Amino acid sequence: MPSESTPAPDEPPVDRDADAAADDEDAETDGGHETTLQAHTIRLELVDEPGQLLAALEPIADNGANLLSIFHERGSLTPRGRIPVEVDIECPPARFEPILEDLRERGVNVIQADAEEYGDEVTLVLVGHLVDTDLSDTLKSIQNRSGASVADIDLSAPAGAGSEAHSSARLRLRARAGEIPAVVETVREVAAEKDIDVIAPLEGRP
Amino acid sequence: MRLAVLGAGAVGRSVAELAGEYGHEVTALADSSSAVVDPAGVDADAALARKDAGDALGDAEPDEALAAEYDALVEATPTTLGDAEPGFSHLRAALERDRHVVLANKGPVAERYADVRELEADSAGDVYFEATVGGAIPVCATVDDLGAKHVSAVRGVLNGTANFVLSRMAAEGLDYDHVLAEAQDLGVAEADPSFDVEGTDAALKCVIVANVLREADCDSLAELRDAAVTLADAEVEGIEHIPGSALDLAAEDGRTVRLVGEATRDRVSVGPRLVPEHGTLAVTGTRNIVEIDHEYAGGLAISGRGAGGEETASAVLADVARLE
Repeated sequence: MPSESTPAPDEPPVDRDADAAADDEDAETDGGHETTLQAHTIRLELVDEPGQLLAALEPIADNGANLLSIFHERGSLTPRGRIPVEVDIECPPARFEPILEDLRERGVNVIQADAEEYGDEVTLVLVGHLVDTDLSDTLKSIQNRSGASVADIDLSAPAGAGSEAHSSARLRLRARAGEIPAVVETVREVAAEKDIDVIAPLEGRP
Repeated sequence: MRLAVLGAGAVGRSVAELAGEYGHEVTALADSSSAVVDPAGVDADAALARKDAGDALGDAEPDEALAAEYDALVEATPTTLGDAEPGFSHLRAALERDRHVVLANKGPVAERYADVRELEADSAGDVYFEATVGGAIPVCATVDDLGAKHVSAVRGVLNGTANFVLSRMAAEGLDYDHVLAEAQDLGVAEADPSFDVEGTDAALKCVIVANVLREADCDSLAELRDAAVTLADAEVEGIEHIPGSALDLAAEDGRTVRLVGEATRDRVSVGPRLVPEHGTLAVTGTRNIVEIDHEYAGGLAISGRGAGGEETASAVLADVARLE
């Protein structure tokens, strides 16, 4: 039995334009079943003015991408005195470049945009004098040294800064596929320098 | 089978009490200060009643139990580290007399595995040690049945005290010190709980399993001597620094924290790990669980009581049955 996609020799030639139009229609469908989404991380730097973050997020929404997380390194500045922001998005492969173009057109400085997929995630709990040892610096070291991105963080410091009691933080890190064990090892190294304990899942487990 | 039982703590006492039910005879029973010896069989209940009343078990010296007539020595004295004495010397004495040895004491197989196997090789007696890992849970026997060569990892919750503390902290939102004090009141934790909460006890069990796995790859005693590991080779972290807030944060994410030990051919590690709240490893209270990763069988899990006199005695008596 001939397959449906193979026209019989006596059939009229396929209308190429109609096919192309149908393809385009598929591509317009947000989250359509034919489309695979790819995760991307975009590092931006923003001028410290009202409305800047919104300006940076609009091109993402306008191009039909899903915003996964925003990591805003409050208090830390890039060498040019701007605010670094890391945005994780998910979009069909063809939409990524247009998003970057739109961002640049609106004057947003794109420092780094990698098309590499952050395929894996790991959740960790840190325990120690997290606030007194500069949590923001700890997170920065983790990101810089492991190459993973901090997707979100939850801090529980019941006794407040300066207390003898330990505080805890739950981190969700996103890393490239297969790199989780190395990332966890790096987190342990960074943590050990500040006498912070790391509670991690078993290797190979979520 | 005629048994000489060394050690009259929870385990030794239960072995002596249950031996008759399993068809065995206790010909000697000793604690650290005295012994009762009778080739025709000692009255264990009467001896233990004397001990409970504050008297000696019997009139004999402890060493006389070692020299008594028996087929298998049950070594249930407290676990010691380093040279594993005096447990190791007890094992040596029995093997040199071509008697079998059943260990409940972890020291000899955790710290001197190759030495134990060397003595065993020169003896007509065999050494079994099911009771040293996971109390009533048949860990060594299962690994052995499945073929240690095909087992890539054994992991689990192997300390009931630490697990009681962590699961109570998670369930009640209480802090470590509070729950530990409660565990001590209940008799779940010892007055000095460091062996349990610092991870040492779980690590010894993992070291023993690692030795079993590594032994499967050795063709000679010399190779085993190189391959065998001790507590010093284990990466050990305890639970004593974990605040209630860490368990709260884990719970918000559908997880909890358990003291998990893992033995593979390459690594022995014990430490607090994040596990799914309703996953296999998240047993509660003093319960233990062991997972075995097998090349062909996939993952297996056995859960049960990891400590307790009668529970651990059941593992000792299962080993005695293997000798028959």
